Amino acid sequence: MRIVEAMVAVAMTAGLSAALACEQIAPRGTGDLGVVVERAAGRLQLVDTSARTALAAIDGLGDLSHASVVFSRDGRFGYVFGRDGGLSKVDLLCRTVAKRVVQAGNSIGGAISQDGKLVAVANYTPGGVKVFDADTLELRADIAAWYGEGRRAKVVGLEDVAGSRFVFSLFEAGEIWMVDLASGVPVVTRFPGVGREPYDALVTPDGRYYLAGLFGEDGLALLDLWHPERGVRRVLPGYGRGEDRLPVYKMPHLEGWALAGRFAYLPAIGRHEVLVVDIDTWQEAARIPVAGQPVFVMARPDGRQVWVNFAPPDNALVQVVDTETRTLVSTLEPGRVVLHLEFTARGEAVWISARDDDRVIVYDTATLLPLATLQADKPSGIFFASRAFRIGL
Amino acid sequence: MCAGARWFAIAGLLVATAGARGGERSDAELAYFVRHDCGSCHGMRLTGGLGPALTPEALADKPVGWVRTVILHGVPGTAMPGWRGVMTEDEAGRMAVQLKEQIHENR
Ligand code: HEC
Repeated sequence: MRIVEAMVAVAMTAGLSAALACEQIAPRGTGDLGVVVERAAGRLQLVDTSARTALAAIDGLGDLSHASVVFSRDGRFGYVFGRDGGLSKVDLLCRTVAKRVVQAGNSIGGAISQDGKLVAVANYTPGGVKVFDADTLELRADIAAWYGEGRRAKVVGLEDVAGSRFVFSLFEAGEIWMVDLASGVPVVTRFPGVGREPYDALVTPDGRYYLAGLFGEDGLALLDLWHPERGVRRVLPGYGRGEDRLPVYKMPHLEGWALAGRFAYLPAIGRHEVLVVDIDTWQEAARIPVAGQPVFVMARPDGRQVWVNFAPPDNALVQVVDTETRTLVSTLEPGRVVLHLEFTARGEAVWISARDDDRVIVYDTATLLPLATLQADKPSGIFFASRAFRIGL
Repeated sequence: MCAGARWFAIAGLLVATAGARGGERSDAELAYFVRHDCGSCHGMRLTGGLGPALTPEALADKPVGWVRTVILHGVPGTAMPGWRGVMTEDEAGRMAVQLKEQIHENR
C-alpha cells in the first residue's frame, strides 16, 4: 500500500513537474535562440544568442553526427535531422522533444517548405527524399532516388525553394531533381547529366538559383529556378586547371551563400583556395589563397567579411577575408577541430564550434575578439532560429 | 586591415605551428580519429554515410592488409582520400586492426 502510494505520488510529481516545466519558463520570443549540436552525446544545447549562454540541454536525439536543423516559421520548433535517419521536432520554448520519428537508415539533412507546412529529409539509405507534415511528422511523400538500372542514389543538397518545391542532387547519378508538392502528389522534374558527383548545394538568398558543387570534377551545376525550362548549366568548369588536387579529408559544405555585392565566395575542392564568382556572368572573378582546404565559406550577413574554416589538418584555424579588398584580414585560432560557424541574424557576432576543445567561442565580428566561451560536449553544428525566415537554409 | 588584425593573424599562425603534433598516435587517439574524422564520411558510428559502413561485419571479408592499403592510398577516382599524408603506415595498420576487431564503442 505504502509503496503504491509512494509510486503514485512520484508519478504525479513527475507528471506535474514535466507539465509545469514549460509554464515555469518566463514568456519570451525565440528570435535570438539557437541550438548547438553535441554530436557524440546525441544532445542539443539550447542557447540564447543575446545573453550568450546555454539555457537547457535537450536529450535523446540519436546519432547526431552531421546533424542539421531547420526551424518552423513561428520560430518555436527546430527540426533536427540526425545521421541515423531520426527526424526530431524540438520545442525551443518548452525545451523538449515534441515528436520524433526514425524515417530512414541513414540521412544527411533536410529543409522546410516556404509555407512551413512540409519538412523534407534527404536520405542516403535508402537513397531518396521523404516529406513530412511539419505539424504531425506524418509521411506525406516518399520519393525514391532511382538511377541507372534499379540503383538508388544518395541524396545531397536538399533545399527548399519557392512554392511547395524542393530541389536536391543525386550523388552517384549526377542528377538534380526538383519535386513539386503543390498538388499533394509529388511531381518530379529530372535534370540528368549535371556533372560527376554533386556533393552539396545552396540556394541564393533570393531563392532564384540552385547551385550544386561537384566532387567528381571541377565545377558547379547551376539551375535557374525562374527558368527551369532552360536546364542546368555548368559554372567554373575545370577551375582546377587540370592540376592534381590534394586529398580531401573532409567534404566542403555549400550551406549558406557567401555573397558580397555580385560576388559569391565558394570553397575550391582539393585546393587551398576560395573561389570568387561574378554572379552576373557566372565567370570566375578571382581566387583567394587560404590556409587550407575550405569547408565552410560563410559571409557575414552584410557581406563585408567572409569567414572560412578548413578540413584536416588545418582545422584549428579560421580565416577572415575582407570582401572589398579580397584579402585575408585575420587568422584566428578558436580551438582544435573547428566544425561550424554561425552568424547572428544581424551579424554582430559569430559562434564557432571547436570540437576537440569541447567549447563554442563567440567572436565579435567588428573587433575579431572573443566575447564569450561556452562549454559543450564535442560541439558540431550551430543553428540559430533566425534561419526560420530565410529560404534555402 | 588595422595593425591589431595583422598582429592577430601572425599570432594565429604561430600557435598553429607550435601546435603541430609529433610522435605516433596512441590506440585511443586512433579510435577517436576514426570515430570523428573518418566518421565525417562513414558516420560517427561507422554505419555508413557518403562512404560505406566500416563495421567489422561490413569488413568481414576484407583482409587487414587491404584495409590498411585503402586507408593509406584511398580509392582513386572516389571520395575516399589516401591518408598517408597525415598518418604513418604503422598507424594505418593499427587502425585497420581496430576496424576489423570492433574496438569502437557506442555503435
Ligand atoms: C571525404 C570522405 C571520406 C573520408 C573522410 C573517409 N572516407 Fe573512407 N571511403 C569514402 C568513400 C566514398 C568510400 C567508397 C569508395 C568506393 O567507391 O569504393 C570509402 C571507402 C573506404 C573503405 C573501403 C570500404 C569497402 O568496404 O570498400 C575503407 C576501409 C575506408 N574508406 C576507410 C576509411 C578510414 C579508416 C577513414 C579515416 C581515416 C576514412 N575512410 C575516411 C569516403 C571517405
